[in-house]
Amino acid sequence: MKELICIVCPKGCHLQVDEDRNYAVSGNSCPRGEEYGRMELTHPTRVVTSTVRCTGGAHPRCPVKTEGPIPKELIFQAVRCLDGVELTAPVRTGDVVVADVCGTGVPFVATRDL
Amino acid sequence: MYDLIVIGGGPAGLAAACSAWGKGLRRILIVERDKELGGILNQCIHNGFGLHYFKEELTGPEYAGRFIKMLGDTGVEVRLDTMVLTVTPDRQVHMVGKDTGYRVEEARTIILAMGCRERTRGAIAIPGQRPAGIFTAGAAQRYVNMEGWLPGRRVVILGSGDIGLIMARRMTLEGAEVLACVEVMPYSGGLNRNIVQCLRDYDIPLYLSHTVTDIKGRDRVEQVVVSRVDAHRRPIPGTEMVFDCDTLLLSVGLIPENELTRQAGAAMDPRTSGAVVYENMETSLPGVFACGNVAHVHDLVDFVTAESQRAGQSAADYVLGRTGGEEEALEVCTGDGVSYTVPQRIRPGRVDKSCPLFFRVNRVCGDSEILVRSGETQLACFSREHLAPGEMERIVLPRILLDRADERITVSIREVVSQ
Repeated sequence: MKELICIVCPKGCHLQVDEDRNYAVSGNSCPRGEEYGRMELTHPTRVVTSTVRCTGGAHPRCPVKTEGPIPKELIFQAVRCLDGVELTAPVRTGDVVVADVCGTGVPFVATRDL
Repeated sequence: MYDLIVIGGGPAGLAAACSAWGKGLRRILIVERDKELGGILNQCIHNGFGLHYFKEELTGPEYAGRFIKMLGDTGVEVRLDTMVLTVTPDRQVHMVGKDTGYRVEEARTIILAMGCRERTRGAIAIPGQRPAGIFTAGAAQRYVNMEGWLPGRRVVILGSGDIGLIMARRMTLEGAEVLACVEVMPYSGGLNRNIVQCLRDYDIPLYLSHTVTDIKGRDRVEQVVVSRVDAHRRPIPGTEMVFDCDTLLLSVGLIPENELTRQAGAAMDPRTSGAVVYENMETSLPGVFACGNVAHVHDLVDFVTAESQRAGQSAADYVLGRTGGEEEALEVCTGDGVSYTVPQRIRPGRVDKSCPLFFRVNRVCGDSEILVRSGETQLACFSREHLAPGEMERIVLPRILLDRADERITVSIREVVSQ
């Protein structure tokens, strides 16, 4: 039995995950928590956010995020693949910045207009 | 004459203005001192915003962007690069702007949505030398996320508020080494999820019941000394740990930014450091409302939005003469375990169906009951499995219960002792 704090939302439910009973989750208050509890012990993932250089806009950096969660062990590789990426304004929220982050098929997208 | 002037164009101001427009006001002005709308959300590039309001997980700039877009579909006027200098009790707003110069505008209603600012080294009086390299976590966040500067390479963070935790991860991802996060209290001041995904994910140690007792360095921070503290938060001699580092980030609390509020003469609540507000977010000055972090520091922008929408609606009701109902107010008192409540006063006659009540507890509790009493009568009881000062609580009080209260109601916590 593993105790986890759910990070799906800011509520932070205290989960118990039973590895011996097919990763049965208790203590969650929503279905997303159940999925998180199982995933966290079998295949942990995170959404990664960072910034890239941007010229011609109101600010020199444009914030970006992975459009979906990627495996936790790829976080550092993912931010490294943003090195050297340079956008030119105008940038729109949702614009693809890196098409495929480390072979996950998940893109980095811009998270603001600039 | 404006129907409404909103001071501050962050999440609170944006939601308040949009909501007032939606409820029928047409002459609305937002005054914002920055060169763009969105407030502090613009530098909060991490995700986790909007789960309650948009039912999806957004980053700060995305959340702000949605409201800026909504505002763009209204006729609300916006003045950027404009600083409000004074608000008078008769609702004149003195402001100075880059393009508009010094102006005095009059309004039927005012919504105070100035947000909060960070406590600094001076506010908590950390001893030691005064070299460069000591930043508030939010200042560092702005340097890293908006301006593209890394403030340091070897970092100690004092305080475990959410911004500090978020910056621990952010600095790590940008190649800095975060040596420790140090918290004077025996529990974290941040959300649990941030302890997990910002510290544990990156193996950053969290020292609870510890604080910084010395800063060394001539020009730049060279060392930070951390000591354990006793139950009274006094450093224990002999427990010193020395960290070789070039940067100290402070995440030691937020203070609602209420200079204008005080100057205008609104009654203040020392527990929230914000104005005393009624159930509709109105301050003691008729027609002047406060919402968001200027009223009390929130953890979640979604709740700022909801509260500010109520303030916007209340301003519209005030202008359009829809504020009937009895004036008699109940005082909301803080009982055992509760450090503040918002609102602090409720006029049951003005409550439609129910009134949300926000509060924080002053200690970590397990299985607990939240009790609402009036005199000897228990009006309501809500159970919670877990309560912590870092997590704002919300209960909803139905009108029927409020009508049964007499003069004041008291909110308190009773921990349920398990057998």
